[in-house]
Amino acid sequence: MSTAVTLDFYRRVAGESSEPIARCYQCQKCSGGCPVSFAMDLRPHEVIRLVQLGRDEEVLKSQAIWICIGCKTCQARCPNDIDASRVMDGLRALARERGYRPGDERVAAFHEAFLRTVQGLGRAYELGTVALFKARTRDLFGDLTLGLEMFRRGKLKIRPSRIRRRAEIGRIFRLAKGKRP
Amino acid sequence: MRYAYYPGCSLHSTAEEYDISTRAVMKALGVELLELEDWSCCGATPAHSSDKFLGVALPMRNLFIAEETGLDVLAPCAACYNSLRHAQAAAEEGEGQEARRALEQILGREYRGDVQVLHPLELLGGDEMLEAVRQKVTRPLRGLKVATYYGCLLGRPAREVAFEDPERPVSMDRLMEAAGAEVVRWSYKTDCCGGSLAVARPDLVVELVAGIVRAALAAGAEAIVTACPLCQSNLDTRQAGAGERPVPVLYVTEALAWAMELPEASGLGRRHLVDPAPALAAVNSQRGMGEL
Ligand code: SF4
Ligand code: SF4
Repeated sequence: MSTAVTLDFYRRVAGESSEPIARCYQCQKCSGGCPVSFAMDLRPHEVIRLVQLGRDEEVLKSQAIWICIGCKTCQARCPNDIDASRVMDGLRALARERGYRPGDERVAAFHEAFLRTVQGLGRAYELGTVALFKARTRDLFGDLTLGLEMFRRGKLKIRPSRIRRRAEIGRIFRLAKGKRP
Repeated sequence: MRYAYYPGCSLHSTAEEYDISTRAVMKALGVELLELEDWSCCGATPAHSSDKFLGVALPMRNLFIAEETGLDVLAPCAACYNSLRHAQAAAEEGEGQEARRALEQILGREYRGDVQVLHPLELLGGDEMLEAVRQKVTRPLRGLKVATYYGCLLGRPAREVAFEDPERPVSMDRLMEAAGAEVVRWSYKTDCCGGSLAVARPDLVVELVAGIVRAALAAGAEAIVTACPLCQSNLDTRQAGAGERPVPVLYVTEALAWAMELPEASGLGRRHLVDPAPALAAVNSQRGMGEL
């Protein structure tokens, strides 16, 4: 791969995340503290290194960028003040922009379902989110018992709560969408 | 003392007991809460995970509403608190600034950036409030061993959200001690419970929760106390079979309300999957009364 291509991807990710990725010297403290690194195909320090090297496909296809929870343990531990979770945020946006199939489709489906309820109601709506999520992932029975139990204990509301000035939320979402290439 | 109150979506659904107990405790301590008019969702993890602009604009709408009231904001949900503080920090540059300008257009007024966003632990953890809590406790949690669990969102990233040492927070410890409980030492205070992965990847959440619950048991805890709806929900609903016995997971305000014998808090225990009654029975037996 040419240096120009390498730099192009690196610059794009550094810009998207506003994180000083170049400073990373692979100490691996981020991965050491990461609660889900055991389940990642690329660990946080590897994601950062591959970005430095411009290996865009490996990173954008990875499942790691989707299962990062955003707990920011990596950020707290990094001696170079790099927030790997923000890099992951930026990479998810890039992966979507370039049409990659999400490395973890369930997580992507959940984010989408959640945001769709917020876009329509101005508030999150658990049952709506779960229904949309299940329709998308065809996972009809997962967590059914737990759902019923939570329902019985008054933890899930049947009726969504919605705000009055939903138009304002609609405009926020339209602007966000308009900014994506 | 008056604050604008931002409950957030969880406190109106899965975490209603956190809402009820927060309002009750604040009222008992003379803190007046005015719910923000027409507040909207902060966007939580899905917003910032998908789009930087949304991750700032969604929480920021609520800051605009708060500015109209001239009051500082109290946000009990750790995820909302984190998003609101992030929006404040991001307002000055890059996409955060774009979001701010866009909202100024949509809402037709300027963003001043002059409200303070507080979490109840910050408000209650100060010396004066701790003393007020001590005065109000009529049923001390004597003999109850609790593990205080702060999770991720109250301390990270430190420069945006931390109001105490992010690696070794103590506000909840001090509150529980003021309520008469014994706080155990353990090393999982600020570990992650899996947060919003609960729906999409319950397998991972089960694994993380098991580690936390086992550590609490090993430290001798009879209950875990939290200040975040995601933490409470994950620990309460995903711990089945993790330890040799189930550990009840209480909101810090529920524990306080119980110790203060506030009527609003009675019956909240029924909303938990792991029943807190047996753990509280030990405290009860010394006094012979009451049920959470
Ligand atoms: S902790 Fe920071 S410097 Fe160390 S490997 Fe991770 S990102 Fe690189
Ligand atoms: S924010 Fe993501 S990458 Fe960083 S420690 Fe947490 S899960 Fe791992």
